[in-house]
Amino acid sequence: MTWILDHLDDIGYYTLQHAWLAALPLLLGLLLATPLGWAARRYRGLYTPVVAGTGLLYTIPSLALFILMPLILGTQILDPVNVVVAMTIYTVALLTRTVADGLGAVPDSVIASATAMGLGPVRRLFTVELPLAVPVIAAGLRVAAVSNVSIVSVAALIGVPQLGSLFTDGFYRDFLDPIVAGLVACVVLALLFDLVIVVLARLLTPWLRTGGAP
Amino acid sequence: MIRFEGATKTFPDGTVAVGGLDLLAATGSITVLVGPSGCGKTTSLRMVNRMIEPTGGRIMIDDRDTASMDAAQLRRGIGYVIQHAGLFPHRTIVDNIATVPRLLGWDRSTTRNRALELIERVGLPASFAGRYPHQLSGGQQQRVGVARALAADPPVMLMDEPFSAVDPVVREQLQEEFLRLQSELGKTILFVTHDIDEAVKLGDQVAVLRVGGVLAQVADPATLLRDPVDDFVADFAGRDRGYRGLGFRPAPSLTPRSEPAVTLGTSPEEVRRSGNAWVLVVDDDRRPLGWVEPARVTEPVATDRLHRGGTVARLDGSSRAILDAALSSPSGRGVVVDDDGCLLGTVTSAEVVAALQSPPGPDSSGQP
Amino acid sequence: MNDVLKWLTDGAHWRGGEGIPLRLGEHLLYSGLALLVAAVLAVPLGLWVGHTGRGRYLAVNVSGGLRAVPSLGLLFAAIMLLGPRLSGEAGVFIPSELVLVVLAVPPILAGAYAGVEQVDAAARDAARGMGMRGWQVLWQVEVPNAMPLVISGLRSAALQVVATATLAATVGLGGLGRFLIDGLSVRDYAQMAGGAVLVAALALLVDLLGATLQRLVVSPGVTGQTGRSTARTRRGGRLRLALRS
Repeated sequence: MTWILDHLDDIGYYTLQHAWLAALPLLLGLLLATPLGWAARRYRGLYTPVVAGTGLLYTIPSLALFILMPLILGTQILDPVNVVVAMTIYTVALLTRTVADGLGAVPDSVIASATAMGLGPVRRLFTVELPLAVPVIAAGLRVAAVSNVSIVSVAALIGVPQLGSLFTDGFYRDFLDPIVAGLVACVVLALLFDLVIVVLARLLTPWLRTGGAP
Repeated sequence: MIRFEGATKTFPDGTVAVGGLDLLAATGSITVLVGPSGCGKTTSLRMVNRMIEPTGGRIMIDDRDTASMDAAQLRRGIGYVIQHAGLFPHRTIVDNIATVPRLLGWDRSTTRNRALELIERVGLPASFAGRYPHQLSGGQQQRVGVARALAADPPVMLMDEPFSAVDPVVREQLQEEFLRLQSELGKTILFVTHDIDEAVKLGDQVAVLRVGGVLAQVADPATLLRDPVDDFVADFAGRDRGYRGLGFRPAPSLTPRSEPAVTLGTSPEEVRRSGNAWVLVVDDDRRPLGWVEPARVTEPVATDRLHRGGTVARLDGSSRAILDAALSSPSGRGVVVDDDGCLLGTVTSAEVVAALQSPPGPDSSGQP
Repeated sequence: MNDVLKWLTDGAHWRGGEGIPLRLGEHLLYSGLALLVAAVLAVPLGLWVGHTGRGRYLAVNVSGGLRAVPSLGLLFAAIMLLGPRLSGEAGVFIPSELVLVVLAVPPILAGAYAGVEQVDAAARDAARGMGMRGWQVLWQVEVPNAMPLVISGLRSAALQVVATATLAATVGLGGLGRFLIDGLSVRDYAQMAGGAVLVAALALLVDLLGATLQRLVVSPGVTGQTGRSTARTRRGGRLRLALRS
């Protein structure tokens, strides 16, 4: 316990590092997965290759992907960019199918009436289809967020500092306190991410907040 | 025979779904339970095969108390058809139908032959045997559901809104075939629906339930429409009861007036000879085809010029059918045909109504 | 890139007590054992939860909550807590296997109970109504229809186990992870990248195996691989069970 109190600064620094290493890929992943998911939906023939292809990327174990990144990006092994890109790949892998299925869950009647009122495909996507797909996309984002927070800690093994560094520190010094602190901080951070996404999704879908018709 | 003796279902929260139901479903006939949602009709049905256990009273099948039997054994002896068919997605059609025979331990080839026979019996092509449920339409799945319930040839069948989830045209077909099947098989059937039209169409006996599972009236369809016991039943039986009731009343004895008719290809002059505003057209076997207006005929009568609005009726059909034939005919003269569909003559709506107003014969409640 | 290829094709790395075949064998042994134990525990439990609806709340929260726990931290904690009480190799092997099992249970459990839960209520009702007993409903109707999600859960668990077994090299376990960890510690990029390629290939192969298994044991009536299919039969078959390290 005293170790934790003496090292609050370190824990804070690691938490911040961890937060952005997990959050930035989440945003980038969502930005990339949205057009991919839309295309998979729009052009039926693309669905299987896109979803299966991104799904395969998700099978690669994180440590292997972190180590292979320099080979692909030409970066140094210690560069945090490796982690950001790898985590973005995982996020895209998870969210592409979510976006495609979320857009697919928008009722045909809604799309037809939007079209009948003269909305072009682009306007319809941004003002009707994506807003209605928010609940499904948010659910996928929550899974991706929790998974990202957990996976980022592995990057401690390639020397990128974040909460995972507490695990390696503690293990190599045979000292349990940092490990417990790291585990707790990771779980809290994951819950925090989860909460933020839930709140954002609620704000974006005011029509779901009011009770059903009497 | 199924007999409810004060059957009651009170749920743990105190809701009374069925409050002391007394009802007899006679052997070999169709008893329909009908009523608004919340009237406990499905609960009543599900108490028979103990999918829901009654909290009071008894339910007897052929004088055996269902409560004294092993629930699974009891159910294997009762056909069960539900709204969405509930086919097993992972089994082919033939295997779905074979479910109960297999539970009963029938041998392989008997089971298979029985299943194949039933596929055809319910009006499906034999080639469907190896298909999976998702390859069939809703109506086809429901036919398989009926075949599956019939597989072990149970004397008693429970049917819970079996035709509610299909479109009206298919529902009509399924109802017709169900009646045909029942006329061949003579099962004791308890049938639940929320649709009073379906109830009076299919039921030999209709039991109307009110909310809380209380029996409001039980009667044959004609009596129900003609003589509802109270406002609730009257409201539920709906509009046009008098007219719909005619469906259960045999046509009054009438002598159709002979109708001058022409055949296809008749010249305009010939058509005008009768002097009538509308002239009936028949084929070479004197089967009615439609009506033409002589005033508009400029060339020999052809099928595409015919007015086909009128329905045709038989003398031994229902009052409703014969009145409808008169009302729907553009000439005001309803076409009456014999058993082979050949023209007998015509009647007017005034004649039908006049005949209906004279006192009914001794048997006014019989089925058509 | 050339160095990695050279490392992978060097015959010396394919022989002996620290060669690729042996490490691969170890990796498969650790992963297979953990998956087997987890499946034996979690499949029946998940089917039971799905069939009876009992313990559902617990199952949902345990399998959801464990997703947030980082596997690396769990592994280190397990070694430090249990290792000293066990002697020799067991001090590494048993805690590692235990962690692998703990991480494999949630996706398998979730797949099994979600699989049973999403079985068409009408089919279940019909099964009971035709006189199937509880276990007959489970074996003849619920399990065959739950198969896509049961296997999906097993696949997720297999990936999780293969990935975490790689990390277990840091605590001294064998397996393909050795190449990555040893490469890291001596700054031999060719070795760690070569190992990473092997680990990635193994993961892909395992997933492919899972896909084949799915094709073999799931009825075409459930997957809809027979042409026309309705929305009802497709629904739920694609629930994603993500849990990885």
